[in-house]
Amino acid sequence: MADLNLFEALAVFEIESLKALDDALDEGSLQQWKTQRLGKTSVVQQVFSKMKEASKEDRPKLGQAANKVRQHLEEAMEARHAALHEKALAASLEREKLDITLPGRRPNPGRMHPATQNMREILDVLAHMGFQTFRTPEVETDEYNFELLNIPHYHPARDMQDTFYTTDPNVVLRTHTSPGQIHSMRKFAPNPIRVALPGMCFRYEQISARHEIQFNQIELLVVGHNITFGDVKGTLDDFAKRMFGENVRTRFRPSYFPFTEPSAEMDVECFLCGGKGCNMCKDSGWLEILGCGMIHPVVLQNGGYDPNEFSGWAAGMGPERITILRHHVDDIRNFWGNDIRFLEQF
Amino acid sequence: MNIPLSWLKDYVDVNLPLEEIARVLTMSGLEVDEVQLIGLEGPDNDKHGFKFEGLSWPKDKFVVAEIREVNQHPDADKLTLCQLDDGTGEHTILCGAPNIRHYIGQGRLEKPFKVAYVREGAVVYDGHKPGWELTKIKKTKIRGFETKSMVCSAKELGICEEHDGIIILPDDAPTGMPLADYMGDAVYVVDILPNMARNACIRGVAREVAAQLDLPLKQPSYEFKAEGPSVKGQVAIEITEPELNPRFMVGLVEGVKAQPSPFEVRMRLYKAGMRPINSVVDATNYVMLDLGQPLHAFDFDTLRKRAGDKTPTIITRRAHQGEHLTTLDNVDRELDENMILVTDQTGALSIAGVMGGLESEVEAGSSNILLESAAWNFINVRKATGKLHLNSEAGYRNSRGIHPAIAEEACKMGLALIQKWSGGTIAADFVDNYAQPHVDPTVDITSEDVSRSLGISLSLDEIAALLKRLEFTCVQEDETLKVTCPPHRLDIGEGVIGRADIMEEIARLYGYDNIPNSRMADELPPAYTDEAMKLEDELRDVLTSLGMQEIVTYRLTSPEREARLIGKAEDSYVTLANPISPDRNVMRRHLPVQVMEIVEKNVRLADRLMLYEIGPVFEPVEGQQRPNEPKHLAAAITGKQFSDAWDTHIKGNLDFFSMKGIVEAMVEGMHIPSMTFKVGERSWLHPGKTAEIYAGDTLVGVMGELHPAVKGNFDLLSAPVILLDIDLAKLLPLSEQNYPSHAISPYPGIYEDLAIVVDESTTAEEVLAVIKQGGGKMLAKVDLFDIFRGDSVGAGKKSLAYSLMYQSPEKTLTDKDATAIRTKIIKRLDQVLGAKLRS
Repeated sequence: MADLNLFEALAVFEIESLKALDDALDEGSLQQWKTQRLGKTSVVQQVFSKMKEASKEDRPKLGQAANKVRQHLEEAMEARHAALHEKALAASLEREKLDITLPGRRPNPGRMHPATQNMREILDVLAHMGFQTFRTPEVETDEYNFELLNIPHYHPARDMQDTFYTTDPNVVLRTHTSPGQIHSMRKFAPNPIRVALPGMCFRYEQISARHEIQFNQIELLVVGHNITFGDVKGTLDDFAKRMFGENVRTRFRPSYFPFTEPSAEMDVECFLCGGKGCNMCKDSGWLEILGCGMIHPVVLQNGGYDPNEFSGWAAGMGPERITILRHHVDDIRNFWGNDIRFLEQF
Repeated sequence: MNIPLSWLKDYVDVNLPLEEIARVLTMSGLEVDEVQLIGLEGPDNDKHGFKFEGLSWPKDKFVVAEIREVNQHPDADKLTLCQLDDGTGEHTILCGAPNIRHYIGQGRLEKPFKVAYVREGAVVYDGHKPGWELTKIKKTKIRGFETKSMVCSAKELGICEEHDGIIILPDDAPTGMPLADYMGDAVYVVDILPNMARNACIRGVAREVAAQLDLPLKQPSYEFKAEGPSVKGQVAIEITEPELNPRFMVGLVEGVKAQPSPFEVRMRLYKAGMRPINSVVDATNYVMLDLGQPLHAFDFDTLRKRAGDKTPTIITRRAHQGEHLTTLDNVDRELDENMILVTDQTGALSIAGVMGGLESEVEAGSSNILLESAAWNFINVRKATGKLHLNSEAGYRNSRGIHPAIAEEACKMGLALIQKWSGGTIAADFVDNYAQPHVDPTVDITSEDVSRSLGISLSLDEIAALLKRLEFTCVQEDETLKVTCPPHRLDIGEGVIGRADIMEEIARLYGYDNIPNSRMADELPPAYTDEAMKLEDELRDVLTSLGMQEIVTYRLTSPEREARLIGKAEDSYVTLANPISPDRNVMRRHLPVQVMEIVEKNVRLADRLMLYEIGPVFEPVEGQQRPNEPKHLAAAITGKQFSDAWDTHIKGNLDFFSMKGIVEAMVEGMHIPSMTFKVGERSWLHPGKTAEIYAGDTLVGVMGELHPAVKGNFDLLSAPVILLDIDLAKLLPLSEQNYPSHAISPYPGIYEDLAIVVDESTTAEEVLAVIKQGGGKMLAKVDLFDIFRGDSVGAGKKSLAYSLMYQSPEKTLTDKDATAIRTKIIKRLDQVLGAKLRS
């Protein structure tokens, strides 16, 4: 009968233990439960130690039963443990939840001035097209800035450029990068030339939202034996496509510069509205981007090339104008004003 | 230049949409700035690329009407009630115009007069407001009279600013006809570029349009009967310098009576931007606008009077230095010898090509007119207009060059128009002194020239056909076309220059659009690299990676601005003769000045600033025209070391060592070996926080904290400002492009700390050098991590704590190895610096 009692005790113990497990709500009480229910003093362990007292035929059955109970309880405990763990993790994850809409901690990035960024981009495109960068002085002689470029004193073309003169009447702040045409020709003659002439230029202007006293220019110069007006169009059309998009169209119309002939203005189909018409292109669908033309024979001669043997072309553009168009800059004074709130946008 | 379409059509039958005409003009090189509509309808599609301004006159709203009776308004002194027929019947309308009041009381007018009448709903310009404001005609009640229509002034119609009265149309204007059909027009505002001076006139523009469209250019006829006695013998002309005055011719009309010019003439002058004066003056202006040749009308009686009993003789000569003349605007002008004068025996009459003198000017009552048509050296005219600041329509044209051949046609046209509009008798003949006949250049052109320059292949016949449209004379000789310039332009040169000039004409006529794009198929140039620019760009990249913001500032500054930082201005600057303002009158010598000004401007806009500029300064050099333009790097940092975040507030400002760290990292980034910092001194920097930067023995720059005394000159916050100035010509060549990299040892290193006590006067640099010496090759890394001063190390002493790492490329170091190195370091520190281990 004693054996029977042990079987019963085991069964009761199992039921009670499983029930008690429901009350283990954390790691601590689960540990306590484990000590009570699976420890040395627990009913199931005592059954093992009382095994000798059981009858020989009952002994294996009792052993089996006790093992089964222990196994059930262990499994239940494991399950409980896992559940508690999961719950605790879930709670901790919930606690750690961030308001991800709070602002990020930003590094303080360095930046280049928008004028530099734009110059670089243009010079990079030109470099890919084979134009080597060539820089020349910003303070120039009248000879290089005007006379050698076929702009003699009192020529009407001098009216086109308001000049800063210095106290030395023969020295001016260059009004364009074109003196670089003469410098580069005199350096490279009689070799062919393909250069980009970038840099700061100066005009006598009252500073306003649309006018500045200094501005960058990039000029292109090509000299060779077989250079034609078709090349001016073709090369600059390629440039426009590389710069503004491969589907952009260009248009050339007659113009006048003293140092080129024939001369042209190149308009680029407005890359902001796709030619449909917008504020920036004044509803025309076209943007005036650069002036160009075949090098005037006098300029070629002044550069050291015989116009009967050589020909060439030149083109000039204002990079800041391109930035203004692209990024809707409303005031040209922003460039050299260097307000950090402007610079940080580029 | 304003080109009224109606006037243009006198010379070329151009029947294209308005926007297409604008395109033709632009593609001929006469860029259209805008088209001002005066009645005509603008294009309905707006994708034509041109700006249309002005007013259209809808045909149902704007009509020609006649007024048959003008009566005083019973209750308003200034108003009249008019009986008006607009083609649909007679209405009573209200009118306040002063210029019809003289009809009051005449009852039914014997001869009704014609007016421009607008009906309800029409939009016109508001005549009472300044500028050009639109207003809509609505039904309103004025003084008990209901009105819903109006008779217009020229301003209300958008013709010109005249609003003194209503516009009275010619008697033959058909009543009821839409006004746009009767006198609608469009004015093309075109840019005349310097090489198109010949086109500063209607005839020139018409010639270009005809050539572009391959239409005939109509030749006008201004025939007149010269019934008076010959002008020859009545006046003589002497030209002292034919270079300055190649041609001077005069004609004479006697017995003229100046009056208002015909309606259409007045309208044309308005549209072209000139005010009608009277029929004599208007004739001279009309010819100038039509042909481009300014005329000058002298009162011949005044000349006769001045000559006394002699024959009036006109003499052209240079003005004497300091000579004076009162011009017709009643201003006494001081002249110089670059100016050309028209004089007679008794003195100056006018400044040639620029402005007439007051005394000999024609007045409304002048009856005998001597009409001058002359050619002048445009450079001298330019000098005169520039010096006298006189911008007249005549000066504009004469200062760009006019072909002397045009003088004759202009003189004839002028005489004809004066007679036509003012009556009088034209004297037979002219007095024409053509002292220096112009030779029109002939240029040789081949098909090869055309293909070489333009990349298109044209036969000589094709070339000739194009050029003849612009009136070039072309004669073919073998494979050459001899192209002679027509006698109305001065822009074609000789030889290779003429050839280029002709190429442009061929290109314009062939059409820029029609020249196919090509890619250059020519020999490539030899390689050229601007090393300095490449390095400057690398430097920008390095500085960007270090968190620096680039700025680009004005090259122009003033000595005072520079002195604000540097303490005193430089002795010499590149100085402007014509600065825009006194605070930008020289080219900068010191880049940090520019950067400081930008710091000042931004200091309240950000919690930290790290700014730099790379750019030239301008150093005048004795005996050299151009200054040297060395490139400098200047930088300034100020504000917090770390930006605040919502959960992070780290104290501490950017300081000397922040800048030093930037310089060190920059030097490392540029792979420049052996840079050293030595204690330095600059008047504008803090004497204890200034370092000169050396590469070997060469001083490349300076850095330091802004001197507290100088800081007060600027509007700044409390945080210190650290400045840097480096001469890039000295720094950048040191950059090693082929710098070696170092192998990374696969063996672990041994780390240990070492704290030593040294005298306060011992520098960190000295300690580091000794540690490195003592540690030898196995010492892979030394970092200073703490400095301590206090009682425990003793007065006049400091403790420096270093973290060291020993490592071998060949083996794993043992503790024994480490001890040996350490002992050597300690021994060396003791020997050289008297340094003791901190216990």
